[in-house]
Amino acid sequence: MSRTSLTGSRIRERRQLKQMRQAELAKAVGISASYLNLIEHNRRRIGGKLLLDIAGALDVEPTLLAEGAEEALIERLRQAAQANAGTGAELVQVEEFAGRFPGWARLIVEQGRREADLLRSLDVLNDRLANDPQLAATLHEILSTVTAIRSTASILVENREIEPEWRFRFHRNINEDAQRLAEGAEALVRYLDTVSESTPEEYGPREQCEAFLARARYHFPELETGHAHAELTEVAGRLISAKVDRIVGKAKELQSAEARALTIRFLEQYRRDAAMLSLKGLRAAVAETGADPIRVSQLFAVDVATVMRRLATLPELGLGLVICDAAGVPILRKPVDSMSGLPPMWPIYKVLNRPMVPIHERQVQTGQKSRETGEGGAMALGIYAVSMPAADRTELGHDMMLEAQMLLVPEKTE
Amino acid sequence: MGKHVLLIEDEPNIIEAVSFILSRDGWVVDTHSNGQTAHGVVLEKQPDLVILDVMLPGVSGYDILRAIRGEPQVAQTPVLMLTARGQNKDREMAEQIGANMFMTKPFSNADVLEAVRKLVPA
Repeated sequence: MSRTSLTGSRIRERRQLKQMRQAELAKAVGISASYLNLIEHNRRRIGGKLLLDIAGALDVEPTLLAEGAEEALIERLRQAAQANAGTGAELVQVEEFAGRFPGWARLIVEQGRREADLLRSLDVLNDRLANDPQLAATLHEILSTVTAIRSTASILVENREIEPEWRFRFHRNINEDAQRLAEGAEALVRYLDTVSESTPEEYGPREQCEAFLARARYHFPELETGHAHAELTEVAGRLISAKVDRIVGKAKELQSAEARALTIRFLEQYRRDAAMLSLKGLRAAVAETGADPIRVSQLFAVDVATVMRRLATLPELGLGLVICDAAGVPILRKPVDSMSGLPPMWPIYKVLNRPMVPIHERQVQTGQKSRETGEGGAMALGIYAVSMPAADRTELGHDMMLEAQMLLVPEKTE
Repeated sequence: MGKHVLLIEDEPNIIEAVSFILSRDGWVVDTHSNGQTAHGVVLEKQPDLVILDVMLPGVSGYDILRAIRGEPQVAQTPVLMLTARGQNKDREMAEQIGANMFMTKPFSNADVLEAVRKLVPA
């Protein structure tokens, strides 16, 4: 069934969510309840004014009713079903499911992504345990020493009449082996401590990229041109691309081609953003308006999403930033400097349903531990969110690829 | 004179303990701790049984076993392999190359005695 032919299902779902009776909606838009029933069971197609009227009565964007969930979400659901083929997920109904239950669909996609990340980490750890020569040598040393102690101790216990010379030799051996065992155990603990510090080789590509960006505090002075977009010459643009390649080439955290590709994409976006809004201008605006991307956007006539990304790169502000694709799957996660973890993602889902419309809300995070003081308590966050077409993924003649962003601005709690 | 066993192991206190218990059980025990020259020693002494550690400095016990199985004079000599790794794949590799028995460390003296008596019946 095509996505547009499921308009009726979406209308029904939305009506039920609003706890509105069928007769009530029908009356609001000037049609009979029986006709509305046919529409809701996808037996009548609608469009034009009636669709607009129904969308208005249900307080939802018309496109959401007509086209349903983003294509990206549907594709990810298909991938999740194929990866778990034995579960018998009804692939033919994936569009209906995504349209009727977008929240559950995003949950499935997010769980699939986490499962893939965990499996990747598990593979790396298993491989390391199985094949790491240093670990193998340390374990062999420890087990050989334990074997010697066990064997020698058994001899002493089972042979009470053993010659004094042998008794002395075996006691000496046990003493030597006990010391070696202690040293071996210490070596193993040191090794495991090193492993637990999570070297970048154990991360997936996105984690490697985030580890590199975190080390650089998401700030790259060498990519700040100091010029507005119109002034950036072709030569200057090529020089900056070469700088991006050099930055990525030197990044020890980036161990895979995928991690490098993700990082290049971020830095290329950084470069474009820096060309649109200079560091000097941005800092002057923040001094005047505070870290308010909507006000800064108005000052410079630059879109809110670009301002949000620029604000997140100012190391002195320590703001958090989350960027997600159209399915709500995180592409980038930068936590607030003074907080552990990230807040709930519902502002992201909200703006994905209303593209190009920024929102601003306040959340109080309880149970947060301050990274600065280590103390727990409540922390207030100003959250700005918006979804817009992804500049490097939108092509003429193709559906626009949305990206959603959420800027996290710590506020003082009363 | 008792049966002859060659113990190829680099851990000196294991050598001493295992030699002691096998000697008391009537075995004639030779020991060798250098993996590089172990193959030659097996050819020279042609023991009734080889006890072979998998991890020796600079050479793998599996390679020594392959070399032994490639020599007609000693190809049929029973081999008991000792290892710190007890995974199935290590056991399968040892059996595939031609080990008669596989024992993981730490082992008990009783296990060693039972294994050698089984591999070389009196």
